Amino acid sequence: MAETVAKTSKSNSNSVKEIFKTMSYGPAPEADNVAKAWLDDHGKDFGVFIDGKWVKPEGRKKYLTKNPATGEDLAWTTQAEKADVDLAVKAAEKAYQSWSKTSPHVRARHLYSIARHIQKHMRLFNVVESLDNGKTIRETRDADIPTVVRHFYHHAGWAQLMETEMRGWKSVGVIGAIVPWNFPLMLLTWKIAPALAMGNTVVLKPATYTRLSALLLAEVCAEAGLPPGVFNVVTGSGAMGSMLAEHPSVDKVAFTGSTGVGQTLRRLTAGSGKKLSLELGGKSPVVVFESADLDSAVEGVVDAIWFNQGQVCSAGSKLLVQEPIYEKMVNKLKERLTHFRVGNSLDKTMDMGAIVDESQRKSIEEYVEEAKKEGAEVFQIKDSVPSGCYYPPTLITNVQTVSRVVAEEIFGPVLVVLPFRTAKEALAISNNTIYGLGGSVWTENVPLALEVALGIKAGTVWINCHNLFDAAAGFGGYKQSGYGRDGGKEGLFEYVRPAWEERPRPGKVQMDLKTFGATLPQRPTFENVDNRQITINGVTMPSIDRTFKMYYGGGQKRPDAPYVRPVINPDGKVVGHVGEGNRKDVRNAVETAHAAAPGWGKRAAHNRAQIVYYMAENLEIRRDEIAGRIQLMTGRKLEECVTEVDLSIQRLFHWGAYCDKYGGGVQETTLYGATVKIHEPVGVIGMACPDSYPLLGFVSLFAPAVVRGNTMIIIPSQNYPLSALDLYQVFDTSDLPGGVVNILTGDRDHLTKYLTEHQDVQSMWYFGSAEGSKFVEFASAENVKRTWVNYGLERDWTDPEQGQGEEFLYQSVQVKNIWIPMGDIFAN
Amino acid sequence: MSARNPGVEYDSSWFDNIHVNLPAVKRRAETLGTRRTVKKQWQAAWLLRAVTCIDLTTLAGDDTPSNVSRLCFKAAHPVGKDILKAMEMENEGITVGAVCVYPNRVADCVKYLKAANRPDIPVASVATGFPTGQVPLKTRLEEIKMAVADGAKEIDIVINRHFALEGNWRGVYDEVRMMREACGEAHMKTILATGELGSMVNIYKASMACMMAGADFIKTSTGKEGVNAILPVALVMVRAIREFYQVTGYKVGFKPAGGIRSAKDACTWLSLMKEELGDEWLSPHLFRIGASALLIDIERQLFHFVYGRYAAAHEIPMS
Repeated sequence: MAETVAKTSKSNSNSVKEIFKTMSYGPAPEADNVAKAWLDDHGKDFGVFIDGKWVKPEGRKKYLTKNPATGEDLAWTTQAEKADVDLAVKAAEKAYQSWSKTSPHVRARHLYSIARHIQKHMRLFNVVESLDNGKTIRETRDADIPTVVRHFYHHAGWAQLMETEMRGWKSVGVIGAIVPWNFPLMLLTWKIAPALAMGNTVVLKPATYTRLSALLLAEVCAEAGLPPGVFNVVTGSGAMGSMLAEHPSVDKVAFTGSTGVGQTLRRLTAGSGKKLSLELGGKSPVVVFESADLDSAVEGVVDAIWFNQGQVCSAGSKLLVQEPIYEKMVNKLKERLTHFRVGNSLDKTMDMGAIVDESQRKSIEEYVEEAKKEGAEVFQIKDSVPSGCYYPPTLITNVQTVSRVVAEEIFGPVLVVLPFRTAKEALAISNNTIYGLGGSVWTENVPLALEVALGIKAGTVWINCHNLFDAAAGFGGYKQSGYGRDGGKEGLFEYVRPAWEERPRPGKVQMDLKTFGATLPQRPTFENVDNRQITINGVTMPSIDRTFKMYYGGGQKRPDAPYVRPVINPDGKVVGHVGEGNRKDVRNAVETAHAAAPGWGKRAAHNRAQIVYYMAENLEIRRDEIAGRIQLMTGRKLEECVTEVDLSIQRLFHWGAYCDKYGGGVQETTLYGATVKIHEPVGVIGMACPDSYPLLGFVSLFAPAVVRGNTMIIIPSQNYPLSALDLYQVFDTSDLPGGVVNILTGDRDHLTKYLTEHQDVQSMWYFGSAEGSKFVEFASAENVKRTWVNYGLERDWTDPEQGQGEEFLYQSVQVKNIWIPMGDIFAN
Repeated sequence: MSARNPGVEYDSSWFDNIHVNLPAVKRRAETLGTRRTVKKQWQAAWLLRAVTCIDLTTLAGDDTPSNVSRLCFKAAHPVGKDILKAMEMENEGITVGAVCVYPNRVADCVKYLKAANRPDIPVASVATGFPTGQVPLKTRLEEIKMAVADGAKEIDIVINRHFALEGNWRGVYDEVRMMREACGEAHMKTILATGELGSMVNIYKASMACMMAGADFIKTSTGKEGVNAILPVALVMVRAIREFYQVTGYKVGFKPAGGIRSAKDACTWLSLMKEELGDEWLSPHLFRIGASALLIDIERQLFHFVYGRYAAAHEIPMS
């Protein structure tokens, strides 16, 4: 009987009787004793983890990591220096020798083991992450750590399948991974899982504020049997991050973080031959139409902007609401915030925890205060927020596109709300940003949802949901949100290179970036001119002069500044003239390319294919003539030149075939519904062609970009541009719409400079010198455009692997994933 | 306590353009239980509150005075005295919200609740051809009147699914309006039988039609459908209640029924009400849980709270 058991409960001020009346929530703390014991195991003083063991170098500065929710000191961590970076990279280099040769199956076993071991220590990871970052234990438990585990399982699969699914690709080498503090373990996993799966080794620099979970993972990976040196963790300052990125033996830098730091890393690694992927900031729209389920949209906003205190790169921080429901939606959100809970991150009843650090909290506060001064209406429930490093969920109205809080990434729980009238206007406001990471669309109208999802220029668009992530769908940005993807097959390409290619090592390229591309147009020459003659009815006369023009907007154009560039054959004879393009020609051509882009992107794939095949047909008609022109310029044997034309025709067929076969696919995420991967065009691409194979190089570059819906400004071979110019007549007779392919002749580097510096060019492909490659990569940082450069190295354009490999497709598309949840059936 | 909902004129524009996105609703429903929890004395207090919201139910063909009597005594003393005393709650008059039976057992309940010294506990009767409602309107209305005559203070009616599935919401409204009249002073809970309505949009429309017709409570299910009280359905219904309140100022109660068996579930349901509608909806006058086995699990949890040990089933008096 009950009376026989001793009573243990005690009454106190929070008595059952009292709570029975108030029905309040009480504390529900997650225990931190095991996490604390783990810190104690290390004497609350961590070294760095290199080559499978803890290393504590002498004389290093220390950084005290704190729990932002309480201000409590957690542990000291090491501020590593160059020697430590060297040691770690060396360990990774050594481990790479065997790890890259380890069979895919064995690597799969290792990744599987890591996933298993994280699951075994799940609660410890949950608590450590929450303590260190200030995010709620609910989120580490339900989002961060499960996603980590899922990523390792998923990528164990990619390791297993590498030989079949990634045929033609090989590992890169040593990866320097630099990750931020908002999802410390999850985002580092997004780097190391694909890196290890593809046979690379990793040196990781966690963010300063949040180092503990990375250090714990290093230990757990060692426990899981990962060979020493495959995964190394070095903690330190931002300067140490730069050392890692610049280290000559690091073959690729994988970064998630702010756009500013991403730009710095782009400049630091420019011209080095290292691969780079950047996952940067965002200002993602949440678009709510009057046809939406408003109550669900309110919860969607909670997921969008109040997940992880708004410290999410894909945070839906810009709410766009259709006019008829604007008031209603804002009122619903305000009501929602009346029962929103902010507090200690280890308390299981909290909607939001602490901001990662006081400096971040201040930065958020400054944004909001500034908005207030400008007349914004700021709604906050301040009583709900404890004192300390917390910031209340915030709703800002009466702001417009010019407001700083609307334009900039705040990286805090701050939502701005703007009304819109029509879907077209919603899209315009959505895309009126330098960013392009995510977005969500809220409507029950399927055609509207899909059209808007496709129209938002961002790497991930969620329909009637926001901030869902899965290992099977790549995550990453458009525009200044970066390039490269984390997750999915699309993410693997960041950790491989074509099997035929060695890592370019141009060494330290000494050059003056300021004077790059300076040029002085040519003057008339009368010596060594190959003045062609023709004999008609026994009368010899000069051939009619042929003026090769530039070509943009579907028309032949004279240069903005009429200067001319002679085309000189190997015998030193001038065999023709082309226009000397300048920055205004670039400006004009980019404008026409943009004008053509929407229409070309929307063309049915079948139609694009027809045009490309038609080009091949028309090129073959002029086979001998164009081969002759190549011979005239290059002095090569005629039969070689004919082969080049034939290969070019083949290549057009190759890419024509791909027109309707690379649109994307369905990702096998955990979503009930469809996660659709769409290979969208990159946009407007600048291209500088190599001198070798003046026709084949040109065709090899423009054709894959054209078939995937891009438009482009292409600089043909600087020395041998004439055969490319022959092609504009082919384009005109093949129904290629004007503005899709635009050709500018002149000094390659001069034009390259202005293309690369153009803020509205989305990618620059450059096949020229090591210096030019460095310039392109360096200057691309400004608008975070994608680049593809050759570091001054030749490739054999006649070789199918080198001249039409999968990397051409990779460079011609950017991946968008659209999440489409389904379901209306729940019972009968 | 606010005035009883008198109902309003039928107006389909209140729900003609309603949209419900099931995946998003499910997502919210899934996180209700993960975003909130109560521990220790909070849990105990919440569980006691849940007890007061239970419509302790038996709705079986083999119900007879003997098991109904046991049910009524349990309703009057839902939690062991020792447990209540340990929490200093022994003088708070803790009983369940109501007992809920078929019309034929109403008189038994009135009798036994009196015998148990708690005649104040309302007797709720299902009516109107429960659970299917597939009987003539005349007999459905007559059934209500007979149950009320026998002493039922609350009537749980079922709506006409035939009309609902045909989209005849006016028909649903008209019938419920008549039922409300038949109830008189007795409070009316309208059972939507959500598991038979086919879509969340229909659930919202049915909720609105019933509230317009003067429902005091809207109730998920009879417990006899394939799908009964589930959180996604609840979300749609309580959001309709919120909308109705915002438009009319009348507070309508909510009763999930069928499938709520664990103490933890009960806390999640309370949490749902607190989050979506506010604290006033945590009281028996606006929240009921139709259940039978739930009470035993709650009592076991309270036993654990008081004694720090898990109770054996046989230690808890059955209902």
